[in-house]
Amino acid sequence: MIELDGVWRIYRVGEGEVHALENVSLTIERGEHVALVGPSGSGKSTLLHIVGCLDRPTRGRYLLEGREVGTLSEEERSLIRRHRIGFVFQFFHLLPRLSALGNVELPMLFAGTAPEERRERASLALKAVGLSHRAEHRPDQLSGGERQRVAIARAVVMDPAVLLADEPTGNLDRASAGEVMELIEGMNAKGLTLVVVTHDPAIAERAKRVVRMDDGAIQGAGDRAQGTGPTTADGPRATGGG
Amino acid sequence: MRFLDLLAFAAGALRGHRLRTALSVAGVAVGISAVVALTALGEGARRYVVDQFAALGSNLLIVFPGKVETTGGAPFGGVTHDLTIDDYRAIARVQRVRRSAPMAVATDTVQFRDRGRAVPVLGTTADFAAVRRLEIGSGEFLPPGDPDQGGNEIVLGVTVAQELFRGENPLGQVVRVGPWRFRVVGVLAPRGRSLTFNMDDLVMIPLSTAMRVFNRSSLFRILVDVRVHAEMEQTKHDVESLMAQRHRAEDITVETQDALVSAFSSILNALTLALVGIASVSLAVAGVGIMNVMLVSVTERRAEIGLLKALGAQDRQVLAAFLTEAVLLAAAGGVAGLALAAGAIRVFVEIYPSFPASPPAWAVAAALGLSLVVGVGFGVWPARRATRLDPVTALARR
Repeated sequence: MIELDGVWRIYRVGEGEVHALENVSLTIERGEHVALVGPSGSGKSTLLHIVGCLDRPTRGRYLLEGREVGTLSEEERSLIRRHRIGFVFQFFHLLPRLSALGNVELPMLFAGTAPEERRERASLALKAVGLSHRAEHRPDQLSGGERQRVAIARAVVMDPAVLLADEPTGNLDRASAGEVMELIEGMNAKGLTLVVVTHDPAIAERAKRVVRMDDGAIQGAGDRAQGTGPTTADGPRATGGG
Repeated sequence: MRFLDLLAFAAGALRGHRLRTALSVAGVAVGISAVVALTALGEGARRYVVDQFAALGSNLLIVFPGKVETTGGAPFGGVTHDLTIDDYRAIARVQRVRRSAPMAVATDTVQFRDRGRAVPVLGTTADFAAVRRLEIGSGEFLPPGDPDQGGNEIVLGVTVAQELFRGENPLGQVVRVGPWRFRVVGVLAPRGRSLTFNMDDLVMIPLSTAMRVFNRSSLFRILVDVRVHAEMEQTKHDVESLMAQRHRAEDITVETQDALVSAFSSILNALTLALVGIASVSLAVAGVGIMNVMLVSVTERRAEIGLLKALGAQDRQVLAAFLTEAVLLAAAGGVAGLALAAGAIRVFVEIYPSFPASPPAWAVAAALGLSLVVGVGFGVWPARRATRLDPVTALARR
């Protein structure tokens, strides 16, 4: 359902060019759980942004659910992000002035959903992450783990095809990190495609497939059994992958 | 996105920065209140002047003998007939005329005991008070009755009364004009100069008495109060043709005051516009203030903008959200400015009660409209910057 074919992402920096992605081809099937690992600057975030339709490939094709999305207009890409993609960020990115419920309602706000329906769906999503009792709390009244769970509720409230998580546990203690991962893995088990970018080998280890990136290219891709692969190019802490 | 949601979202963002919001609202409020208050003052000045003319009777036609035309050397060419009491009667019967008053004028000395004062002596009828909108300070005006039959009543201008009586009550006292004795029946309220006469410094006696005293057979003027202002021209024409018929010549002149009033009115309008123009500068400054606040807001909320885009907010929705914030700031400033202006005008009227300062409805509407224009005009650029933000870089840092 995610097909990247010969994707390049080239930034222009002054006179020169930076190749963030070089000829990346990657296929992710529906319902997969994929970990994207690699050192800083390896291009894994760039790849995630392209998959999430936040960025466009400079060259190459990107098909989401069989549809070429790299060349769509910005309007249409907004709609794809709204309906097909859920984002979870390292820094949560909750709006501090809104309650937990209000934050979960945000995507539906821009979709023009009626207020009653919005409230109902957001409440259900909060219930699914176990935070019904914190619905009226603002982010600064929540713990890190709770904030990330609110962000997850927000990411899935539109019922997307794929959940993209960029270092979802990067700002959490181990216990909260475990809870958050269990939560999204539970959603993955129910059929939600899951792509997690991480530095943390323990997190990567939980994925069914690990994609290692270095210097803008995929180093080795396969299931966890093959995940050991050539480890030389792995990030500083990614070597423990198995 | 629903309109109410958009409003709530924008208002929520503004509430997050109360001080900043309050300051930029205050900026617009000052600008709007300056515009409205100055418009009110200008409009008040215009109305004051127009009212002054209306107090003279803006429905007033003045009929006087002679006609200005260049035939031969004399300014009033040809033979002119006098204006007579019969002419006055005829004019008073014209359909569109509410009432009219004849005037005969001479200057003579009015005496009370050993004090005398040389003033214009006006012979007229009871209707004169109504035609010229005169108010009686004490006593009453000349009695109504046949203009051909005059009694010995006299009405004094307020200055005359003060000078001759020095604090004594003039009512019922007897004064002399030349050898003739008159009984004071009333004193006018202070009025000041209007038209040709200083209404405070003259006396009035019945018309036919005046004609007899001064040995006159012709009238100085006939004042005509027209029923409906819109029919001024028509009435003027009626009077002219009536007189042409009676005199068998076009030998009278009929004047209106309208030309003078409208000249004053347009001068004061221009003055008002100039004042408003100056006040608008402060509004432009307030607009720049809004732009500044919104630019800071966009820079500060990069992460939020990136997030909104990641959540599927379209560029035009982001634009609408930020534009709405700017417009809310400006609109709040507009409303606050109107309140401020209303307060200022109230204080002003408290100090100068006779000055009819109040903002015309169009100015209130225009001020509110203007505040919206300021919001949109100065909000567009920051909002566009928000939409152009790259979500990837916007989300990267925190």
